[in-house]
Amino acid sequence: MTHSPASLVLSRRRMLAAMLASTAAAAVGAIPFAARAQEAGTPRPGGTLQMVAPFGSALQSLDPHATYESQDMAVSKAFHRSLYNWDSATNSVVLELASEVKVSDDGKTFTYKLLDNIYFHNGRQLVADDVIWSYSRILAPGSSLSAISNLQNIKGAQDYLDGKADTVTGLAKIDDLTFSITFDSFADPGFLLFEAVTAILPREAVESGTFLSNPVGCGPFTFVEHIEGSRISGKKFDKYFKAGKPYADAIEFTITDDYSALDVAFRAGEIDATVLSENGYVLYAQDPELSKGLIEIAEMFTRHMGMNLDMKPFDDVRVRQAINYAVDRDIIIEKLLKNKAFKAVGWLPTPSSGFDPDRKPYAFDPEKAKALLAEAGLTDGVSFEAWVTDATSSLGVLQAMTPFLAAVGITVTPKVVEAGVLVEAINKGEAPAWFRSNGTGPDPISALRSFDSRRPRSTNRAGFKDTAFDAILDEAMATLDPAKRVELVRKADAYIFDQAPVWFHNYNKAVLATQPWVHGVDANVTEAAIIEVDQVWLDENAPSR
Amino acid sequence: MLNVLLRRLFQAALTVLVVVTLVFVLFSVIPGTYASSLQADKRDVSAEVLERIEAELGLNDPLPQRFGRYMAGLAQGDLGVSYATKRPVADMLSGRVWASFRLACAAILFAVCIGLPLGFFAAMRRGSWLDTATMTLAVSGLSIPAFWAGLVLMYVFSLKLHWLPTFGYGSGGLKHLILPAITLGIAPMALLARTTRAAVLETLNSDFIRTARSKGMSERRLVLRHLARNAFVLVLTTIGLQFGSMLGGSVVIEKLFAWPGVGSLLIDSVGLRDIPAVQGAILVIVLFFLLINTLVDLAYLVVDPRIRYR
Repeated sequence: MTHSPASLVLSRRRMLAAMLASTAAAAVGAIPFAARAQEAGTPRPGGTLQMVAPFGSALQSLDPHATYESQDMAVSKAFHRSLYNWDSATNSVVLELASEVKVSDDGKTFTYKLLDNIYFHNGRQLVADDVIWSYSRILAPGSSLSAISNLQNIKGAQDYLDGKADTVTGLAKIDDLTFSITFDSFADPGFLLFEAVTAILPREAVESGTFLSNPVGCGPFTFVEHIEGSRISGKKFDKYFKAGKPYADAIEFTITDDYSALDVAFRAGEIDATVLSENGYVLYAQDPELSKGLIEIAEMFTRHMGMNLDMKPFDDVRVRQAINYAVDRDIIIEKLLKNKAFKAVGWLPTPSSGFDPDRKPYAFDPEKAKALLAEAGLTDGVSFEAWVTDATSSLGVLQAMTPFLAAVGITVTPKVVEAGVLVEAINKGEAPAWFRSNGTGPDPISALRSFDSRRPRSTNRAGFKDTAFDAILDEAMATLDPAKRVELVRKADAYIFDQAPVWFHNYNKAVLATQPWVHGVDANVTEAAIIEVDQVWLDENAPSR
Repeated sequence: MLNVLLRRLFQAALTVLVVVTLVFVLFSVIPGTYASSLQADKRDVSAEVLERIEAELGLNDPLPQRFGRYMAGLAQGDLGVSYATKRPVADMLSGRVWASFRLACAAILFAVCIGLPLGFFAAMRRGSWLDTATMTLAVSGLSIPAFWAGLVLMYVFSLKLHWLPTFGYGSGGLKHLILPAITLGIAPMALLARTTRAAVLETLNSDFIRTARSKGMSERRLVLRHLARNAFVLVLTTIGLQFGSMLGGSVVIEKLFAWPGVGSLLIDSVGLRDIPAVQGAILVIVLFFLLINTLVDLAYLVVDPRIRYR
């Protein structure tokens, strides 16, 4: 079996996944779309892209292996590349740095042929040793780099991590441009190796001692300057391996999470694209001009109210289901979230390959909720405490659902805490209920591991324990037949839907605002702010030209 | 003068010691850790990675051991390494201190240049339209949230007039400094106008002013030689306090204008429970405040030779 780059051939499995995702998304009207024809016209080189890192006022690290923050990954798109990439056009992972990959019959060994025209910004060609070194760096003994869990399934990874081996036996160089990765069990490497946390880096640059302030990668732009807490910039890398790209001569990211200021800057034409808040979305959608540049994206994040199944009353599935029936999510999404969300119909989001387009969401049915509570022996009502942050998607939603719950006899008391405190309380099993947004893609099996009874509380936060569910996941993981696998994933998702360890609320609708002169902005369902900057181009009306 | 400096130095060292101890202990005992903050984002970092991070940073060591390690480093001028960025805190602060200092200087300059004359002339023309307008401006300046004032300035000068950039640091030039400096300077300007007015009015009612006037001293000489100098002693305290608090008090403005200052670093670091970075930022803010206060104390000696410190 041979995989080729996305532009050439998609594997049967990926094609199937992409088709399923598209069908699923279309079924609920959640497929990413651009109001304006983004790709209209011939790409035009030149200009400076004015982008935004919109989730904080600083980057955590310029070392892509060291950070799993969304905005760091958005910036990394300019400077780094990974073995795979997310293709927004097909909603699937595709080869990025290799021309082909051959998969062994047991589905455990993947042999890659690297492209022969990839260079790092320091001028050196990217070779197999760089891939092996980059992955080995992440897995080095004593390492605390974010991507450890992505690579832990590689054969010999754990021994290397534990200092029991000198090398990762599952990483083997065949020649300068060929290498193989062998996993302990079947895995889809695309899902594991497409994010910036597994970027391929040049060893000499990382070990130079200046890498944290002067990053070197093989991405479309070379690093120019980082003013911490304000801006990071780069200029076009002439030896970038994709012919003719990037289109822009330079790129600048303003680092800010102040959406009011971003709104002014966008309207003033100082930035080319930005994500919008709920309020911003309403205003832009109503504006005849600004609305033309909106790109709506059903992101792979599932917002929910988690429930601690080790605590009463959540140990009873009927109570959990009752909560799901008791609340009118449509009105919360419409009135509170200004329609900047898609109603959740399960754990896996609409763009996921495991999403079941035929599933019907929990209906708003207070009578059924009351009946379930009565069946559970809670005719006198029940109360619980929900831990929330002060965000609209947390406290705001809880406040909105409170009267619905009260109507069926459930009293909920909010406990407002800071985000880090909330996580600590959940991980310690101290919070009875909580509001969170979980990444639920692109790998559906990985997303469903959030309910795997063998996972620690920091992953299986609800404390869901069901060996039948674990078995479905394991079977899905072991099967090589893509259709069968999707079927099992859907079965697992349906299982979680029925067991309702969470109150399924919504999938985030991310909205990008783009200027009329900007073209080629992709709708990335894994994170809208992570834009494929090498394909973005500016027409003659761009102020930065 | 030397005694004053030595005493101030001792007080500063004591203050710093108390502050760093308090901050370290508080951040170590309140709920939430650096590791848990990494899971606060919608992306999850695995439990094993979190454990490794805690082990690597020594976060599982007892509090006294961690504090001892930090203080030993601090005694040698080492502010430690940021949990989040893995970079020396001193390196992270170096660029930001200059940015914050520039912003604070520009803001206080704006406040002094506008607030002082306004307050002075308002007092000199007490009850006139100028007085009323100045006091209205002062009350407004103190009442308007800096965040809102900044947005209005952005709206007018960036969006409508296109005179100035909305936000950012640019290449360190004046263009990007103007809006955040004015925003940060509005409240101190208003306070200065009020304080100056009150100080001038108080001085105008002094016996020595009446005496000078009765002796036939010209108004110009009276103002320059007696009134301004005496009123300025009172105003100096306000300037010092406002300037001193600007480094730490500009958080909102720094975040609004994507200004790479110490305040925004502090806020981000607090959210991440990045104790070395929090300590470093607070240390800088405290030292700046102490330095400005010491300079103000010394300035008193120059402005009014009657003042003596014991």
